Amino acid sequence: MDFSSLSLVALTVSLIGAATPILLAAIGELVVEKSGVLNLGVEGMMIIGAIAGFAISVETGSVWTGMLAAMAAGAVLALIFGFLTQVLLSNQVATGLALTLFGLGLAALLGQNYTGMKPPPSPRLDIPVLSDLPVVGPLLFGHDFMIYFSLLIVFAVWYFLNRTRAGLVLRAVGENHDAAHSLGYNVVAIRMAAIAFGGALAGLGGAYLSLIRVPQWTEGMTAGAGWIALAIVVFASWKPGRVILGAYLFGGVTILQLNLQALGISISPAFLSMTPYLVTIIVLVIMSADRRRASLNAPASLGRIFHASH
Amino acid sequence: MLRLEPRLQPSRPMRLITPVLAVLLTMLFGGLLFAALGVDPVEAIKLIFWDPFFHPTYGAYSMSQLLVKAGPLILIAVGLSIGFRAGVWNIGAEGQFIMGAISGGAVGLALYPAAGIWVLPLMTVAAALGGFLWAMIPALLKIKFNANEILVSLMLVYVAENFLAAMVTGPLQNPQGFGFPESRSFTGVDSTTLPMLYQPLGMHAGVVVAFIVVIAAYVMMERHLLGFQIKLTGESPRAAKFAGVKPAVIVAITLGISGALAGMAGLFELTGPAGKLTTNFPVGYGFTAIIVAFLGRLNPFGIVLAGILMALTYIGGELTQLTLGMPAAAISVFQGMMLFFLLAVDVFVNYRLVWKKEVK
Repeated sequence: MDFSSLSLVALTVSLIGAATPILLAAIGELVVEKSGVLNLGVEGMMIIGAIAGFAISVETGSVWTGMLAAMAAGAVLALIFGFLTQVLLSNQVATGLALTLFGLGLAALLGQNYTGMKPPPSPRLDIPVLSDLPVVGPLLFGHDFMIYFSLLIVFAVWYFLNRTRAGLVLRAVGENHDAAHSLGYNVVAIRMAAIAFGGALAGLGGAYLSLIRVPQWTEGMTAGAGWIALAIVVFASWKPGRVILGAYLFGGVTILQLNLQALGISISPAFLSMTPYLVTIIVLVIMSADRRRASLNAPASLGRIFHASH
Repeated sequence: MLRLEPRLQPSRPMRLITPVLAVLLTMLFGGLLFAALGVDPVEAIKLIFWDPFFHPTYGAYSMSQLLVKAGPLILIAVGLSIGFRAGVWNIGAEGQFIMGAISGGAVGLALYPAAGIWVLPLMTVAAALGGFLWAMIPALLKIKFNANEILVSLMLVYVAENFLAAMVTGPLQNPQGFGFPESRSFTGVDSTTLPMLYQPLGMHAGVVVAFIVVIAAYVMMERHLLGFQIKLTGESPRAAKFAGVKPAVIVAITLGISGALAGMAGLFELTGPAGKLTTNFPVGYGFTAIIVAFLGRLNPFGIVLAGILMALTYIGGELTQLTLGMPAAAISVFQGMMLFFLLAVDVFVNYRLVWKKEVK
């Protein structure tokens, strides 16, 4: 076997590409969970984003319009979840699952005429001299614009949650919705906004997959990415910075196993394809093992139903 | 303004009315969806809910598929419902279904071409064990390490799918199959073929097992201490702890039961309708069964009705594909919609809508 074809720089660049859809979805879900809502429909919102972004890009010829459409589609789907769980007080676990099942079906339905098509090319951020630098060039300046955007979003979420008053209110709602309510904050409205934000980012993550990373539409193309995003929020202990670490770790495992498959290593490709999911489980186990720390980090009202009695 | 007011007791009539209401709403909005796809909505709804029973040409064939499709859904959903009642969310039944089929199938292939009526029962036991062990992974990780069973069981579905791909191109591949990624045919040998008991309704031996399980589950949940402890754990974990119920035991039992039942469903599918292991073997019963469990109110007998209804949507969905050219995915949208509407109207079980003057 010849490992010399594995260039560390090229691997790192593709690792970031593999991680970005999950990073986007995970940082969105983090905000949702910080507001005390557990939305298990990330997979459904991602795949709807993937097809909405793809279809609109193909129809309009503009990747930007497609991305916006994907965010809108994800947010609309998320608001259905929000209406059911916040207004009609349905069980969040069951409703999130319904969202995923519904989203997967709807995406397959919408996407049947788009299989095998090519989306319009997406603009790259190539800075003439800087991107041509030997190692630093491709690592820092040779990515598509979405990768920079995703990192910016993570920073913005961190700033919002930890440095602004609105972020403090959102966290208060997530920690103790009854106390927040008695202080006069509109718990349902704040949570609806968080849910819509999470849906928009999940949709965007899906669109990144179908427009830039693959780029193509295939049925069920998210292949569990939404669920992995949920696991990464747990891995990150609900801290924005650590979401990057989790997503890039996952991206690394994905890229490594894909490269090993391409090298024709003597392990069945099916076994290599399992590794991202197995690593997710292992990571989840490690992060959950310390019960005290896990329960300290998780928002205290996570998944609980809020009903204002007056 | 309109407000929701909690009921003192969950409304019993509402518990029965809401699933029907959800189905009606799904018909209505599903009809709109069909219309949007350019399909005559009345014709499509009639094809799904009426023609499988009464159509002169398709009726007979459709009926013979009814229990074939309802059987695995009921078997899996009954297992899932026991866990859901305890607040244990096994989302990975699809994976346990696959692993059951693989382990049961492996036993059958190891014995190939042995004859004897003991072969199929032995395979069934192996399948139940395979599904059970696969479900024990999330159970143990939850008990020992507090890992979320939803995410672990779901990740294991993808692992199981890949494991299946490795098996049908490796140890379980048909040696006389010209290199196709599939196992030997199980339905080619009598000893590994699930007996069909009543063809017109598609009642094979697996369906009988499913009905026995339904009754056993009802007895366990309503007449046995374990059932009480499971329900108590779901409704009030703290009260359950004070009553001496060990949460770890409940997690292991509920995940174990649902895994074993999903595994058995996998084997019945393999030795009946599917016939052999291929990468296309899993068809999503493990996920649809989640809808069935909720639609059946997490009650074993309700699940029988819900399973039959869901089987109808599968059969009717095929009919609409054949006759109206409706895309296959439309039916999974339809099924997802049903769960949405059920969860939406369920609010009336625990709350009532009242008109209240705004207090200033």
